[in-house]
Amino acid sequence: MTAAGHAPGAERTGRGAPQAGLLVGGLVLLAVVAVLSIGVGARAVAPTEVVRALLDFQGTDDHVIVRDVRAPRALLAVAVGAALAVAGALIQTLARNPLAEPGILGVTAGAGFAITVGSALGLAVGQAGELAFAVLGSVAAALLVAAVGRRSPLRLVLTGVALTAVLSGVGLGLRLVLPDVFDAYRFWSVGSLAAREQAPLALPLTAIGLALLGALLLSRALNALALGETVAHTLGAGVARVRAVTLVLITVLTGAATAIAGPILFVGLIVPHLARRPAGGSVPWLILYTMVLGPVLLLLADIGSRVLLPTGEVPVAIVTAFLGGPMLIWAVRRYGAGSL
Amino acid sequence: MNVFGIRTERRTVWLTASLLALAAGLGLLGLCYGATWSGPGEVLAALTGTERSVVISEWRLPRVLAGVVFGAALGVAGAVFQNLTRNPMGSPDVIGLDAGAYTGALFAITVLSGTSGQLATGSVVGGLLVSAVIYLLSFDRGFSGLRLVVIGIAVNAMVTAINSWIVLRAELEVAIAAVGWSAGSLNGVGWADLRIPFSVIAVLLALMACRAHAVQQAALGDAIAVTTGVGLGRLRLLMVLVGVGCTATVTAVAGPIAFIALAAPQIGRRLAGAAGVPLLPAALTGAVLLQGADLLAQMLLAPAALPVGVVSTAIGGCYLIWLLTKEVGRA
Repeated sequence: MTAAGHAPGAERTGRGAPQAGLLVGGLVLLAVVAVLSIGVGARAVAPTEVVRALLDFQGTDDHVIVRDVRAPRALLAVAVGAALAVAGALIQTLARNPLAEPGILGVTAGAGFAITVGSALGLAVGQAGELAFAVLGSVAAALLVAAVGRRSPLRLVLTGVALTAVLSGVGLGLRLVLPDVFDAYRFWSVGSLAAREQAPLALPLTAIGLALLGALLLSRALNALALGETVAHTLGAGVARVRAVTLVLITVLTGAATAIAGPILFVGLIVPHLARRPAGGSVPWLILYTMVLGPVLLLLADIGSRVLLPTGEVPVAIVTAFLGGPMLIWAVRRYGAGSL
Repeated sequence: MNVFGIRTERRTVWLTASLLALAAGLGLLGLCYGATWSGPGEVLAALTGTERSVVISEWRLPRVLAGVVFGAALGVAGAVFQNLTRNPMGSPDVIGLDAGAYTGALFAITVLSGTSGQLATGSVVGGLLVSAVIYLLSFDRGFSGLRLVVIGIAVNAMVTAINSWIVLRAELEVAIAAVGWSAGSLNGVGWADLRIPFSVIAVLLALMACRAHAVQQAALGDAIAVTTGVGLGRLRLLMVLVGVGCTATVTAVAGPIAFIALAAPQIGRRLAGAAGVPLLPAALTGAVLLQGADLLAQMLLAPAALPVGVVSTAIGGCYLIWLLTKEVGRA
């Protein structure tokens, strides 16, 4: 990850001030949505009480709920949202394809399927095992799709969709054949944050944190790569090395997010589309914006997942799709589909 | 069969003949296979009417015909939309027509009483509504295939989310029935379910066959198409109607059978070595794919039957990936 050891070139673009302002605005939005998400639920907690519970813990029922249940869940939503959105931004930059997304390219499906098979065989035990299998699955899927789909953006997407279809078909078939063993697949087939905050998640969270840092460090080299291979060579970027490191980051981010929450599609497709125009062609800003907007989208979806059904919860992946669809349509109509 | 394509190269003829033979063979196998095996002689006797067999002519024949005809309809629907959007991702199952038809059917099951007429109307209306929404949203100072695909993917995600929400809200028995149907299945299809769908599909396919030449011209590019006297606006409308009609009709009877509309035209065009997305190979590949998948779905877990959508997805996907791999090797 030392391929480009520079800080993201915020100040050097010349348009730093408005872009930094937008970033601060995004962070404020993120804070508001996070407080809202901690407050909403089966027992509503007032925003002022949420802030007090976080800063000055008193031990009341509300404070316990906030500290033990809601805040960890919000943290998970932030981590997963950021991981998926940045993975999407990286994969779109690398593939130079506005349709590329870990979900569409089959990386998420690979991770989910690997966890299912691993736990059915009794190998994926505990957080480390699940994470290992998730990363393994996403690496395998990414390598396969990249090998088959290289040189043609459409073939890449086609391969990813075909792989996702095969894995979901085989997964569903196996579930029908071996109902006991593959009961776990039900969880991995629809992404959800419900009750995940109770599991020990230090390892995947650390992995996401490190990978996000790596993405920021790498973003300047990716900026050069986005200009085309020849230009990147001239600018002194090690094209092959940057590509390899980016691929590793994508698979770690996708694998860890899937290990935490199951497959959540769409975040990685929509958020970069929303962030691209304000970022103005700069990969460092794109990654910073997606890092803030991804959590906002997932937190909003998580709030929705708690209020949409009178009893129980809707899996967050369903709400993500419902929120993200209109955003994507708006972005495409406003900026065009091929704006990279 | 000259109406389907301008180029009657030897390869196309061979491909057509072998795909037809393959479909016929799979159909015969489907008539023989079941809880009890009937020899080909028995099947032929039952078909020609010299010997009455309820099992073959009332149970297996409708299912086999449904597999072949629905497969062809889905293949044509996919080819039509992929031609329209000039993008393999522009097939009905990706841009949400299947999901929309399924929403209509779900509405008929959960809110209305769920008779077969309501199911059919519901899914056609659902498919038409979704395609109208996608078309209106993507039509903005001219027509762009890629824009339509991206908007279609977004609409598909939303409609699928609505479907899941409806199923989650529904009562348990309704939900189980709806989910069992959601992967697409030909289990228990009888003659009574098929008369109207078959006639609708026949009319739609005949319409498309008459205009196949114009479709090929349109695939060469807007300018060339207009120069050669093709009315693009009316042709596009007809193509959308045929594509939506085929998809919704199949969904009404068999549920959303995903992936055949995406895979069959792509497999067919690679087998035919054609430049565009020709209709006839797509139709025949779709028929072979769905009938073969339905046979496997019955065999794999016998006596229980898998939903055919599961098998068609797995097989079609593997084959498509293999074809794409070969393409990379050549490039």
